[in-house]
Amino acid sequence: MPALLEIDRLTRNFGPFTAVDDISFTVKQGEVLGFLGPNGAGKTTTMRMVAGYLPPSQGTVRIGGFDVQDHPREIKRQLGYLPEGAPLYGEMTVDAILHFAASARGMESGIRRQRTEYVIERLRLESVLYQQVETLSKGFKRRVGLALAILHDPGVLVLDEPTDGLDPNQKHEVRELIKTMAGSKAIVISTHILEEVDAVCTRAMIIAHGRKLIDGTPASLLAEAGNAGTLDDVFRKLTGRSE
Amino acid sequence: MTNPVVAVLRRELVSYFVTPVAYVFIAIFLLMASLLTFHMGNFFDRGQADLYAFFQWHPWLYLFLVSAIAMRLWSEERKTGTLEILMTLPISAGQAVVGKFLAAWIFTGIALGLTFPLWITVAYLGDPDHGVIIGSYVGSFLMAGGYLAIGSCVSALTRNQVIAFVVSVSVCFLFTVSGLPIVLNFFSAWTPQALLDAIASFSFLTHFNDLSRGVIDLRDLVFFGSLIVGALLLNTVIIDAKRGS
Ligand SMILES: Nc1ncnc2c1ncn2[C@@H]1O[C@H](COP(=O)(O)OP(=O)(O)OP(=O)(O)O)[C@@H](O)[C@H]1O
Ligand SMILES: [Mg+2]
Repeated sequence: MPALLEIDRLTRNFGPFTAVDDISFTVKQGEVLGFLGPNGAGKTTTMRMVAGYLPPSQGTVRIGGFDVQDHPREIKRQLGYLPEGAPLYGEMTVDAILHFAASARGMESGIRRQRTEYVIERLRLESVLYQQVETLSKGFKRRVGLALAILHDPGVLVLDEPTDGLDPNQKHEVRELIKTMAGSKAIVISTHILEEVDAVCTRAMIIAHGRKLIDGTPASLLAEAGNAGTLDDVFRKLTGRSE
Repeated sequence: MTNPVVAVLRRELVSYFVTPVAYVFIAIFLLMASLLTFHMGNFFDRGQADLYAFFQWHPWLYLFLVSAIAMRLWSEERKTGTLEILMTLPISAGQAVVGKFLAAWIFTGIALGLTFPLWITVAYLGDPDHGVIIGSYVGSFLMAGGYLAIGSCVSALTRNQVIAFVVSVSVCFLFTVSGLPIVLNFFSAWTPQALLDAIASFSFLTHFNDLSRGVIDLRDLVFFGSLIVGALLLNTVIIDAKRGS
């Protein structure tokens, strides 16, 4: 199966500082990649480049074969992106935001209705549909952000801390949602919750200081810990000393 | 299927009216326009059935009020992070710039349109030249677009709305007064005449002066039109260049 997402030698500098340093990886359809790393490792910066929001200093991102920089329109159709912190237009209602995203994506009214109903149902937004976004709780805001990311049923999903701020029930729901979608998509999620890797990811990658440290199945990462046991230990072993 | 420009335009326009922005702006605009017209413009003492007393203040009103509308256009998106949402929808920076600009322009047009009771008043009191009044409204609307395009461009440069406002007022001020003798005298000592004429030709006051007397000169229309287009192109370049930083 072809890789939907191909990242090749991606690098980003901010002035003299290198936030992402020569990272390469691919994600195939059916894969869910857990993107891990300590605070400031470069996860958000990488995801912004993948989403076409931040131009890379070097390297390329391809989605469905299209270069993100050269074919922005094409890739924006194939990509669902949840930015870090799930920013939203606070003065709008949930319903209005969904309607805006659907019409900006040029969705026909029939499909728009069908997709809107689907995401409202999947992310349990019925009760807050006509509420202003800025009055929502953190978890609901995150769910609205997720709804926007999957609204157009994209082939590639890039979710920056999708379960941050969710209660345990909602974390479970969102993980289930990701698992349901996994078969038909290539998904990258960043997270600080390592159980999430066990729960949903088929693969995990740890980065620190902008560099890739390890990339493999959760089982192969665990093997790295030797007899120690958990992913937490692997994470600390690999990134702790470099702090 | 909706055009992305229309989607952005509609979202923006609705935002004005679901927040107090629209109501505060329109109330202040109407209040200040009337105060200036009746108290400082000698509307009644002029003894003429026209709206010159009203339109002559528009450059000064817009200088502050339109800059206030424009300051949030891009700064706010940058600050709250929604720019990341907007720029990852299949919309080009140019389409977003145009959609936002048009929404703000329509909004100022609504505020301007709501001054129609003044028109009714002069029509009731005397026998004004309605062609002149229509011409003045068109000119005023175009000039508002000029201020707005400059303000939008400035707003794209910063995430701080206060800075956007102050810089935008300053830049617009230069455009407003560049034709006044006080400015030209300052330059005339050491500037060749051609450059002096160029500076003067950027004056909103000069261009609006003809329009506000109902003289629709193609040059004035072209001036405001090309200023708007130029500022929006620059705005697009800025949004593209500053993406993500
Ligand atoms: N616009 C910017 N200008 C300068 N430095 C930046 C910019 N954006 C990010 N950085 C720096 O790049 C580094 C990586 O940041 P990034 O947000 O990608 O980390 P992260 O892995 O997402 O961290 P977290 O887990 O805390 O979300 C940080 O040191 C950050 O300060
Ligand atoms: Mg981050």
